[in-house]
Amino acid sequence: MLEIKDMHVYYGAIHAIKGISLTVPEGKIVTLIGANGAGKSTTLKTISGLLRPKEGDILYNGESITHWSTRKIVEKGLVQVPEGRRIFADMSVKENLEMGAFLQKDKAWIKATEAKVFEKFPRLKERIGQLSGTMSGGEQQMLAIGRGMMANPKMLLLDEPSMGLAPLLVKEIFSIIREVNQSGITILLVEQNANMALSIADYAYVLETGKITLEGPAQELAASEEVRKAYLGG
Amino acid sequence: MKRLLTRQNMIITAALLVVYIIVQVLLSTGIISAFYETNLILGGIGIIMAVSLNLITGFAGQFTLGHAGFMAIGAYFSAVMTVKWGMPFILSLLGGACLAAVMGFLIGLPTLRLKGDYLAIATLGMGEVIRVVLLNTKYVGGAAGLFGIPRITNWTWIFVCSVVTVLCIRNLLWSSYGRACISVREDEVAAEIMGVDITHYKVLAFVVGAFFAGLGGALYSHYYYFIQPGGFGFMKSIEYLVMVVLGGMGSITGSVMAAIVLTVINVFLQQYSAIRMILYALLLIIIMIFRPEGLMGSKEFSTAMFRRFERRDDRGSAGGQ
Repeated sequence: MLEIKDMHVYYGAIHAIKGISLTVPEGKIVTLIGANGAGKSTTLKTISGLLRPKEGDILYNGESITHWSTRKIVEKGLVQVPEGRRIFADMSVKENLEMGAFLQKDKAWIKATEAKVFEKFPRLKERIGQLSGTMSGGEQQMLAIGRGMMANPKMLLLDEPSMGLAPLLVKEIFSIIREVNQSGITILLVEQNANMALSIADYAYVLETGKITLEGPAQELAASEEVRKAYLGG
Repeated sequence: MKRLLTRQNMIITAALLVVYIIVQVLLSTGIISAFYETNLILGGIGIIMAVSLNLITGFAGQFTLGHAGFMAIGAYFSAVMTVKWGMPFILSLLGGACLAAVMGFLIGLPTLRLKGDYLAIATLGMGEVIRVVLLNTKYVGGAAGLFGIPRITNWTWIFVCSVVTVLCIRNLLWSSYGRACISVREDEVAAEIMGVDITHYKVLAFVVGAFFAGLGGALYSHYYYFIQPGGFGFMKSIEYLVMVVLGGMGSITGSVMAAIVLTVINVFLQQYSAIRMILYALLLIIIMIFRPEGLMGSKEFSTAMFRRFERRDDRGSAGGQ
């Protein structure tokens, strides 16, 4: 569904992504794990069109989207849930969800999807009129995922959904991600929490300072000595 | 809900008409003296300038210090149209506003890529460039200024123009456009990821804001007989920015109130002309200490009540499902 071919990304003179290639098949959860500064978020930003690669190609359903605008990429169902949640703090929960559906024209669809999001996140429903900036980190992450769902994604790009959350909440968020995937949405998950990411993913890539150093089925990677040492704490 | 809104609209329309007629009667019977009339006009221009600046700074979150530059363009171009080309006033008004909007587009496109303090400095520079260009243009009188502009702006023009400005900007902000604008202010990256074309919305806010600033300028020049580039300097931009901050960033009614309050304070302080500016500054400091979010925060006066109902409705139906 999504294919990155030998992509290079620069921040000015800094060579952040040094030729990575990866594939996300339809219906799967693929995870990209790695430490701080490995280039995980840069990769996602480039897929969403917020950054432009200097070399290489990004294919979505066989079509090159490398030079598409972010708006067009979102329109085609490639939706990102950004790092640090980035909800609209001065807007209510409902308004945030409506912003997620910014490009959706069908009012009935918006209403139905909103109901689905509330079904998945009952806590958001309780706080529908609350200013989202006053909610807890976990609730904000739920809202960020819900907002992403409102954009009618065929594929979700999740950037560190576990960031800054208590272990119990991380578990909850990850089981929701799996549910979202089971409802037919392909997922590319970027994580530092390798343990959790590998436990729900089908396939995994390890990114180190802009290069992919390891890849394979998630369970194999979870069992591999190398990954255990570097990312899973022994 | 709809019926409530139309009733609300009718009440507002009626109230506006009453205000208009009362002031008009007071003016024509001479109860409002020329001194107060001047301040009435200034207050109206203040409303137009503050509301249009609030669209750019308060709603779209683009901090600009060059609003008086657009006002200058409107003031000068409309005056040239009236004085030199003999155009009717209504055309000059529109011409001044439109040229300001065009300048807003030309200047906005490159500068709105900048953020925060960088944008503030760029727009500050823009305002100064406009002033200096006018200063050195012989055709519009240079430093001496442009003379002989007929006094056409009166209470009726001011009233109609401020109402139109407030209505246009309010309707714009209540559409999906307004939500998009606010999302750009809240978080540009998040807005972009939701598919909001952020440059488009920023430039649009800038162009619409500049249009109405140009309108304010045109009204200004047709009240004062003559204009000088010095009248549209940095301090003029600050004057309107103070109104926006004082009224509340992101509140139209706040800007309207602040424009009125500051004009009234100004009138009141005329009696102490020697220490007027000191008292004015002190008042501002005191207000900002006790209401740092401005008089209205980001709330609107007339709709606050109805919005609360709406939220309660949402909660009610959510609980009932």
